[in-house]
Amino acid sequence: MIDFDFNAIIRNLPYLWQGMQLSLLLTGLAAAGSIVLGTILALMRLSGVRLFQWIGTAWVNFFRSLPLLLVIFWFYFLVPMVVQRQVDAFNSALIGFVLFEAAYYCEIMRSGILSISRGQAWAGYALGLRYSQTMRYVVLPQAFRNMLPILLTQTIILFQDTSLVFVVGLADFMTSAVTVAQRDSRLLELYTFTALVYFAMCYGASAYVKQLQKKIHR
Amino acid sequence: MIEISNINKWFGSFHVLKNCSTQVAKGEVVVICGPSGSGKSTLIKCVNGLEPFQEGTITVNDISVGGKGTDLSKLRAHIGMVFQNFELFPHMTAMQNICLGQTKVLGRSTTEAQDRANALLQRVGLGELGYKYPAELSGGQQQRVAIARALAMDPIAMLFDEPTSALDPEMINEVLDVMQELARSGMTMMVVTHEMGFARRVADRVIFMDQGEIVEDATKDDFFTRSRSERAQLFLSKILQH
Ligand SMILES: Nc1ncnc2c1ncn2[C@@H]1O[C@H](COP(=O)(O)OP(=O)(O)OP(=O)(O)O)[C@@H](O)[C@H]1O
Ligand SMILES: [Mg+2]
Repeated sequence: MIDFDFNAIIRNLPYLWQGMQLSLLLTGLAAAGSIVLGTILALMRLSGVRLFQWIGTAWVNFFRSLPLLLVIFWFYFLVPMVVQRQVDAFNSALIGFVLFEAAYYCEIMRSGILSISRGQAWAGYALGLRYSQTMRYVVLPQAFRNMLPILLTQTIILFQDTSLVFVVGLADFMTSAVTVAQRDSRLLELYTFTALVYFAMCYGASAYVKQLQKKIHR
Repeated sequence: MIEISNINKWFGSFHVLKNCSTQVAKGEVVVICGPSGSGKSTLIKCVNGLEPFQEGTITVNDISVGGKGTDLSKLRAHIGMVFQNFELFPHMTAMQNICLGQTKVLGRSTTEAQDRANALLQRVGLGELGYKYPAELSGGQQQRVAIARALAMDPIAMLFDEPTSALDPEMINEVLDVMQELARSGMTMMVVTHEMGFARRVADRVIFMDQGEIVEDATKDDFFTRSRSERAQLFLSKILQH
């Protein structure tokens, strides 16, 4: 029988909770930012304006061809150079996530927009709405609603991926667990606990998404 | 009021509108009919610039639709359009559908827009149903909301593209009645439809299109009693059998 010390977990809960807060904050901000940016990219890809289409397509192809870990690392060094001042690890990681994930959200929003019939946009224009108003009030709300389950699924993946900020020394949930596990030499307990937490959260969220999907496609 | 002269339009290499010319005077009701694929929808969408065209001119109240300096959105705000598939916004209630253009385009206040919407819902016989979503309404009710939505913009003319052909037969009349009332009130209307009963009762003129051409453009009486073209006669005999 291996000796499994629950106290090692309980003792470290406050610290782990801090890590979890960072993970959730990063996920929330990155998801919000990249959904907005992804939607803009999707509109560019669908704009019919060559230059915009090219930018949108290039963006998607570029970031989808890179490992996320590389992007995080790269931006950690690049962002301070570009803006010519110190940027903390959280902000540089956030920027990296937003730019990277936008490529994926872009494709989701693009298929969402394409799923709305042309007649809906026509009806908007026929009322005298401009392009931006038609998108904002007519097309995007419907596209967003139709794509909500997939957007959430992508966000669950994003949440798991935030554990990669490990490499720039941010104390997210995963990194906090590693830190205390090594300090206390309680690897088994803490890794098991961490795995269970990730599993419970992501599985729970996926189950919720399934419910939602049923509701939307009813 | 609406002047269409020598319109030519291509989809790629497909010549969809060939030298189409006609005009609609203020208060006039013009019915457009013709076989499927003859270009009726395309023509009517050219009138409010939803479809661009390569040659010719269309003016509405002397404003050129294809003109370089024309603010199309501004022009469209004053031309109502009703679609075959209603095209109500499914994420909004009937009331919100009718208020959207009023508030975002005309700049009316919410209460003003709602008052107008309520009056129009009364007019199309749906007084109590403003709170419903399109999915909760029958096809005939949806189309009447769509008509109310267009009327809320105080249009100078209304365009209808087969407003009843997606409806179950028992709902066709409730929509046609609203359109007839509208015509009686003096609205300028272009109506693509195969409802020849409606044309007989309401139209001033009938246009027959085939393969992208306006083959006949006649007063109602002339059209039904002495259609000159064989194609129109063939079409009429087919359609009146039903
Ligand atoms: N966006 C498009 N691209 C290419 N061809 C098109 C497009 N829209 C319509 N067409 C073609 O143009 C022709 C005329 O279409 P239109 O919809 O105007 O016909 P219609 O007279 O309204 O027919 P229906 O009675 O079926 O509605 C058809 O052959 C159609 O296939
Ligand atoms: Mg048509």
